Amino acid sequence: MGELTIGSFPSLVGSMSLDFTFRLAEAAIGKGHKVNLWLSGNSVMMSKKGQKAFKDYSHLEKRMKELIAKGMEITVCEACAEARGYHKEDTPEGMKRASMDWYLAKTVKTDKLLHIGGE
Amino acid sequence: MGAVKLLFVVQRPPYKSENPRLALTHAISSQTAEIYMDDGDSVVPILAFVGDGVLNAVKNQQAMKLYGVTSTESHIKNSLLVDVPVWICKEDMERLGLKEDQMITDAEDLGGELKTKFVSFAEIQKEMESVKHLLFF
Repeated sequence: MGELTIGSFPSLVGSMSLDFTFRLAEAAIGKGHKVNLWLSGNSVMMSKKGQKAFKDYSHLEKRMKELIAKGMEITVCEACAEARGYHKEDTPEGMKRASMDWYLAKTVKTDKLLHIGGE
Repeated sequence: MGAVKLLFVVQRPPYKSENPRLALTHAISSQTAEIYMDDGDSVVPILAFVGDGVLNAVKNQQAMKLYGVTSTESHIKNSLLVDVPVWICKEDMERLGLKEDQMITDAEDLGGELKTKFVSFAEIQKEMESVKHLLFF
């Protein structure tokens, strides 16, 4: 099976691109592939603890935790997070924080890189 | 695995969104990515500015004075300083009425040796076809 690395940059609220990211990751994992997810730019807010679900907005926390349990590796851009007041203690269990070189390093071994752009 | 080529294609203008800056900071981070890689592996990034993205490479940016933030110009110069090639699409410069003397051409003031390359879109497209991964910003 292959390895897919997704670089995700869109915001949590206001676009459905993050929904697409998680649906794609779910489909790839369902087919037995390894998926790595890099959350950078406005996407970092996806992984902040304590989000409340509203029916007006998509709420992806449950799906994200299920995918982590199935082996998806999620790493959050530390600088992007800190710039948004999102600190280490706000990071849910099972997720890592790293600098951008983590993402660059993943491009070496991954079979496919999919970059889902920001605003 | 050896060296893996990555092409960062920047198509958005500066300051309007975070994307061009993220392209530059990600490309520069290739310098320290080896801490996560096996011996002998490396990433070799190229930055290509196309479309409205060529506006990122206009020189004499005053971001610190006007916005209180580091300029995209300083990030481009830092890229050149760490030997990340910077390519600018000639056709898009022409479309926007930009001449080479209006653009960032080097990072000599920082001690860099690499110079900006003004290339045709065909050259960028050729590179798109040869790299392992493409990253659009």
